[in-house]
This record gives sequence, structure tokens and C-alpha cells, in this order.
Amino acid sequence: MTDIQDQTPAAGAQNQPQAAANAGKPAAPAAAAVKPAAKAQPEAPAQPAENQIEPRFVEPSALHAEMKRLRDEEKMDFLECLTGLDWQEEGLGVVYNLESTATGRRAYLKTATTDRENPLLPSVSDLWDIANIYEREVYDFYGIKFTGHPDMRRIYLREDWVGYPFRKDDDPLKENPLRMTNEPLADVTETLTLNADGTVTRGENRIFGDGDYVVNIGPQHPSTHGVLHFRVSLDGERIRKIDPVLGYIHRGIEKMNESLTYPQTLALTDRLDYLGAMQNRHALCMCIEKAMGLEVSDRVQVIRTIMDELQRIDSHILYFSCLCQDLGATTAFLYGFRDREKILDIFEETCGGRLILNYNTIGGVMADIHPNFQKRVKEFIPYMRKNLQEYHDIFTGNVIFQNRSKGVGVLTKEQCISFGCTGGTGRAAGWHNDVRKRMPYAAYDKVKFNEITRTEGDSFARYMVRMDEILESLNIIEQLIDNIPEGPFQAKTKPIIKVPAGTYYSAVEGSRGEFGVFLESKGDKSPYRLHYRATGLPLVAAMDTACRNSLIADLITIGGTLDYVVPDIDR
Amino acid sequence: MKKPKIKSIPYDEFKDNETFEKLVAELNAKGTNVIVRKLDELIDWGRSNSLWPLTFATSCCGIEFMAVCAARYDIARFGFEVTRNSPRQADVILVSGTITTKMAPVLKRLYDQMADPKYVVAIGGCSISGGPFRKSYHVVQGVDQIIPVDVYVPGCPPRPESFLYGMMQLQRKVKVENFFGTTNRKQKDPYRKSMEEKNEELYNEEEQA
Repeated sequence: MTDIQDQTPAAGAQNQPQAAANAGKPAAPAAAAVKPAAKAQPEAPAQPAENQIEPRFVEPSALHAEMKRLRDEEKMDFLECLTGLDWQEEGLGVVYNLESTATGRRAYLKTATTDRENPLLPSVSDLWDIANIYEREVYDFYGIKFTGHPDMRRIYLREDWVGYPFRKDDDPLKENPLRMTNEPLADVTETLTLNADGTVTRGENRIFGDGDYVVNIGPQHPSTHGVLHFRVSLDGERIRKIDPVLGYIHRGIEKMNESLTYPQTLALTDRLDYLGAMQNRHALCMCIEKAMGLEVSDRVQVIRTIMDELQRIDSHILYFSCLCQDLGATTAFLYGFRDREKILDIFEETCGGRLILNYNTIGGVMADIHPNFQKRVKEFIPYMRKNLQEYHDIFTGNVIFQNRSKGVGVLTKEQCISFGCTGGTGRAAGWHNDVRKRMPYAAYDKVKFNEITRTEGDSFARYMVRMDEILESLNIIEQLIDNIPEGPFQAKTKPIIKVPAGTYYSAVEGSRGEFGVFLESKGDKSPYRLHYRATGLPLVAAMDTACRNSLIADLITIGGTLDYVVPDIDR
Repeated sequence: MKKPKIKSIPYDEFKDNETFEKLVAELNAKGTNVIVRKLDELIDWGRSNSLWPLTFATSCCGIEFMAVCAARYDIARFGFEVTRNSPRQADVILVSGTITTKMAPVLKRLYDQMADPKYVVAIGGCSISGGPFRKSYHVVQGVDQIIPVDVYVPGCPPRPESFLYGMMQLQRKVKVENFFGTTNRKQKDPYRKSMEEKNEELYNEEEQA
């Protein structure tokens, strides 16, 4: 009943007669009491929503064995998402999303501990490589320590940060003033081992020793694509180890979401991965719509699909431009930006924005497409096909580029799956991970397109996958642009949007991998927990593996071809 | 007062000329020497047309800055195209994107590393006030809390045209600066003084810790 003051005048007015009939009571509480019964019930779906997940609870003591069984016997080799949660009385816990890449079967598990002073859970970082960085994230936000984890350090916040901001009872601003001293960076980290009798042994794990020659790359470096900090240990010019330090653009978006209403949370998604603004927002809208059982018209589905693909082309062109500039080819950078402006013009006409578009809404899109939209897009398709050849002529065939990328930074298929490197990076190694094929959404089941894959897994393959995906995206747009069905561009929604209680997960294929939205709702107008599966975090986690024994100069090529966007990693 | 001339926009079409005129009046309060002023003008002319920005971008606004640098908007028309990767060679830092509390000491250090005369342009809502992330626990609510800002360019992100307009406003500010004799704006600036004091305090704190 917290929404009394937020009721729109119209809704209040409708309930006035009933409130008046309710003799003696003040109007506002009565209106609130009547409203859910009269309005929310008929639309609530009888069966669970399409994207609802029901994680199976596993006791912490049995978790590791169960996870090992799932991975080895049921071949759940892809840890899709790991979300920390604070269930208050039910404790602090974690939800795991698992998928088998061979069969496509999915499993959801959760575990929790009620000890808030010293919460301990078993680590699964020995089963999936990516769990290492995900568990550090959970430790950073919730203070859950994972036994058996090799590296229990904070990952986003400073090491001298006090408290755990995502706990419901934590007040992060109280004890954390703006610190202008240089941040401490530890060389030694703590590990916890759970003994058979239930006691915990503390151990030390050295990240960099005295003999290591450590070079800091970033946070202010032109080739890290944002404010990313790598601590690189070198042996001559060869890279021995990379320790990524994240959080220089951590804005706490997920925490902010917990105090925003659903329509307000949409605004922040565009600012996560700004080169996938359409797709991010699409994912969140889709998750909320499916959870509410809200139908969106075919017209909206097709418009969203076209916009997603335009955004993908935009992102891949920028990828090309930045990679070229990082490798010293400034002319190619200008070529890329010339063509990108064409897409931005199309976006601008319909959405009013160039980069931050704010186009999708819950139940539709903000405005109908501009009358020029189809004409402009149809002009753009042949134009882009012609210019893509130009890219290949000026850059792809270049001997210097070929030598710097072929065989450099190889990630095998097994490594990609273990690290959860979705998107072009995984596809370059032969992993069929395209969400558009795995779990079709919007209008992707109506169009024909190929999932571009390669087998080499090196920097050159990652680059070529993106270049070929531009062509595929153009094909998808071409199939849809003349067949946009008629219909409303916005479904009718209630003035206050509430999602039925439950846990939901939806994913879209973002510009650089699977972008997932994990939503836990208690039936309020704000989410209880909204977690984004960042597309870039697995890529940064895989940097150490990809760069081992490469030259320091190749770090730029590998980072460039992995294609991460830092605000998406840090959130 | 002699009005500074920017080629593309006439003086009266600039917004907020009152603040600008107030600044000029303050600078010339004690009067100026004719010869020195002429020399100043020459130096300011050169400086304002070759402001080298530092490549510094934390998020979305950085992508728009790249678009400004590209062929369509072509920042080279104004002489800003020489982006420097090292703060020691840069004249102006365009703070494009959110500054988080973890990034704040890094930004401060970058600013301190730049050689005088140096300028700061706050690009976008985030660096002006925290923007959409104002309520976050990890975002600095405006870079003017840690470094002095010369020009604010609002937007989320600002359009390339706003970037250029903001840079032209900065050019105007540079064009009225006094270099020889009379007043040196940077030293007489009360805000700047307080920044230095703040620095000393910080260093003392560090030493103690």
C-alpha cells in the first residue's frame, strides 16, 4: 500500500464513488484498497509468466557437489548468470543460471545463508572460470565470502570502502565520503578454505610477487576503450599475468533501480552499454512485459527488431573504427564514422536522440516510426553493402593488420564457454551462442539469417565475425523493412506498473553478446532486485587467458577485438 | 571593452554574454597598458586557436566526442583536433562522462599533471551535477567539486553542435585573458587559491596517513 500518494488523479477519481460508499473512511486508503482488486486481477496470468524462473533451493553444504554433478553429468557447461541477492530474513544468497551448450537445457539454483555478520558460501570458481569474477562482484556488493575462492578482493569499489552497498540495511553514503587519496591496491589477497569439520582456515594468495615487473595500463589510456585499469606483469615484452581493476565507472545502477519505478529504470539501461542502447532497453522492456503478461503488437516487435539490428550495425562500425585507430589506421576511423552518421540520422528522425535513444517503453515504443524511416533505411542498405567492401579494401587485407591479428589472443571454444564469452567472441571460436537463435524473441523467428561462426578463435576471426554480422543484420532489416505490420505502437498499460511477485530472466542478443535481465519482484512498483548480465564482464575476465604469453603490444589488439564497453562492465 | 571575435558566430548571438562581460570587466578593472594588451591579444589569438584537448572519456559523451572529431563535425576547423594522450601536452581537459568516486582522485591527478594555462570543460549532465546518477552512492555530484570548471556543456550526451559551441565559448574566454603584467586571472582567482589550499591539506593528510 505504498503507492497511495503516487496514484494518478484519474485513477483516484474513478475510485471516488466507491470510497464515498465506504462510509466513514478517508478517501485515499479506500481507493488504494479497491484498486488492486478491481484492476490488477483480471490481467494477471493464470499460468506462470513465460520468462518466470523458479530456482531450486540447495543447502550451502550440498551446493558444490550438486553443481559439480550438473556440470559433469548433465553437461551444464555455461554459467550464464550469477546474481547476489539480499532476501533479508531469509538471508543473503546467490541465484545461478546454468545452461547446457550441447542440449540447450537450462537449470536454476539458489542458495542462501542467514548469517549476516560473516556470511559464507561455497565457491564454484573451480568449475566455471567466470564464477571467479562474478563471485568477487557478489562479495563486493553483499559481503558474502566464498570458501575455496582464490581471490576474495573487492572488484568495483575501492579497497578501503566501508560496508556492502547492495544490502538492504546498508547506508553507503554514511561512511564513505569522497576520498581524494590514491586508492590502495593490494598485492596479497585472502582465501578461505572450508575444512571438513566446518571450521574455516584463512590463507594468503599472492597476486604479484616481489620479482614481478608490473606495468599499469589505464585507467586513463586511449586504447582501453574507457576507464579500465589493467595491472600487467611482464617478462621482457611477454605478458605473464593480467589483473583487471574495475569500477572506475561503477555508478551503482542496479542499486539505484531498487528505488525507482519500472518506467524510471528504463532510462538507465541506455547508459549501460551505450552502443547497445536499443537492445538493452529492449531486454528490460521484454522482461517486464512478459512478467506482467502484457502483449505487444506485431508492429512493435518488428520495429524493435529493425532498431536492434541498426544498433548492431552502428556498434560494429564503431568497433571497426576504434580498432583501426588503436592499431594506427586513422583513415579507416574516419570511414567508419562517416557511415555511422547515416544510422544516427535514421535514429534521430524517429527517436530524437543520437546515442542515448530512450525509444522502447513498457508495452511498445515511445513514438511511431518517422514517415521517412523506411525510405532512409532502404537507401542505407545498398550504401552500407558497398562501403563494407571499402573497409575490407583499406583495412582487412592490410599485411600489418593481418600479422598483428592472426593467431594472436586465441580463445578456444572450451575457454569461451567456461568464461561465458558470448557474442562475436564466442562465435569466433565456434560456439553457437546467438540468443536470436537459442531463444528467439521479437520478430527473429520470422526472418531467415545465418549465425556467423568461425573456428580459429583468434583476433582476426573475432574481427571477421563482426564484419560478416553487419551483412547479416542488413539482410534481416531488408526482410522486415517492407513488411512492418499495421497496429498500435504502444499497448495500453496501467498508470502504475507493477510486476507480479516472482523471479524472471530474459535475454537479448546485444551488440557484443548476451545481455540478460534478472528481475526479482515482490509485487511492488519498484523491482526488489534488478541485475543485468553484462556482456563485457566475461570478456574482461578472459583477458588474462587470452593475453598470456602475448606481446604487450598485442594487448591492444586483443582488447580491441574482444570489444568490451566499460560502462557496461561496471554498471 | 573590445569584443572578442569568433568567426562563425557574431558576438551578440552568444548566450549568456552578461556573465562574460562581467568577467572581462573584472579582468580589466585596474585598466590595461596599450602595448601589453596588444601583445596579450597576439598570444591569446594563438592560444585560442590551438587548444589541444586531452583524450579523456569515461562513458557515453566520449563517443560523441569521437563523432565531433570525425569528418562530419570536424573539430579541426577550430584547431582542437590535436588530441593528446598525455596530460602533460594538453591544454584543455574535456571531462566527458560520469566521474565516480573511484575515478575522482585519478581525474584530479590528471588535472594536476597538465601544464598551465589549463582549462576544464564539463561535458554532459553527469560531469556537471551527476546527471541521471545524482542519487547514486558512487558518483561525484559535479566535477566542480574537485577541479575548477571553465565551461559547462549540458546534454545527455550533448549534441556535437553543443560541443562546438561550448568550445567556442572557451575560445572567447581565452581571448580576453591577460598574460603580461596587469592581472593574471589564474592567480587572482579566489577559487583557485582555495584549490591550492585544499591540495596542501590533502598532501598533509596523506603524509599523516
